[in-house]
Amino acid sequence: MILVTVGTQLGFDRLIEAMDRLAPELGTAVIAQTGKGHYVPQNMEAHEKIEPSRFEPMVKSAEVIVSHAGIGSVLTAARFSKPIVLLPRRASLHEHRNDHQMATVRKLAGRPGILIAQDESELADRIREARALGEAPQTPAPSIQQLHDALAGFIEGRIL
Amino acid sequence: MGEYNKRVLAVASGGGHWDELMLLRPTLQQYQVQYVTTDISLATQHDILTAERLPDCNRNKPLRSLYCGVRAAWLVLKHRPHVVISTGAAPGFMCLVFGRILGARTLWIDSVANGEELSMCGKLSMTIAHQCWVQWEELATGKSSRYFGAVL
Repeated sequence: MILVTVGTQLGFDRLIEAMDRLAPELGTAVIAQTGKGHYVPQNMEAHEKIEPSRFEPMVKSAEVIVSHAGIGSVLTAARFSKPIVLLPRRASLHEHRNDHQMATVRKLAGRPGILIAQDESELADRIREARALGEAPQTPAPSIQQLHDALAGFIEGRIL
Repeated sequence: MGEYNKRVLAVASGGGHWDELMLLRPTLQQYQVQYVTTDISLATQHDILTAERLPDCNRNKPLRSLYCGVRAAWLVLKHRPHVVISTGAAPGFMCLVFGRILGARTLWIDSVANGEELSMCGKLSMTIAHQCWVQWEELATGKSSRYFGAVL
């Protein structure tokens, strides 16, 4: 199964419509969390919001995640060692308030298990590459321990 | 007072902001932490049954932001934290503002989603919060925005 998500807040019809068009060619079920979009998918199972308790088992059984370039999706895919294809939202298309998702993909490009589609025409190729990867083992952020130590330091008043 | 008795108000909106906060949970739960989020089901999923709810808001929704501000002020008054931290977004920022007014130490951790420029609230927190941390080294500008590692 391929799991498509645009997060739970804003709609992202460009991704949902493109995935709906691709769905019949993918040879597997496609399930989408569409957010508050307007496009009504014909070829895949769609839900505006999937409850977290139902969403995680879906991630677990998914082959690949296809998502907006949201950090929540990236972290979730990493937690379950799933390859993820990211299509960034663009402010010029009114898909977000600013272009921070463009910055996110520039920063994350080349990380293991993360594939970037600059626009919807690249989705089919990136999904094919992601499926060829299979498992995408999680590489824990090397600097997260540093952040934990600093946070404890701040709370205890050692970092002023 | 022992350090582990410090009351910490930890605030994050649903989505990536909350996921980032949960990655910091192992450290937060060493203290008397009170979580606040915009989507209680996300807290329940992490077996946090005492989370407080704040309405979601952003600068394009003035009335909702006002309501969120009142709720944020109430939550800070109710819990009287020594420390307020937020990983975003606007509702968390409001808790920092009221936390600062009421004498808490305040920390904004800008989302790792902001790779090339700080969020609007992040920029404001550089002057309003005690500290603003960024999660990309290139964004650190010395004292006003500091880098201490990242969740991703």
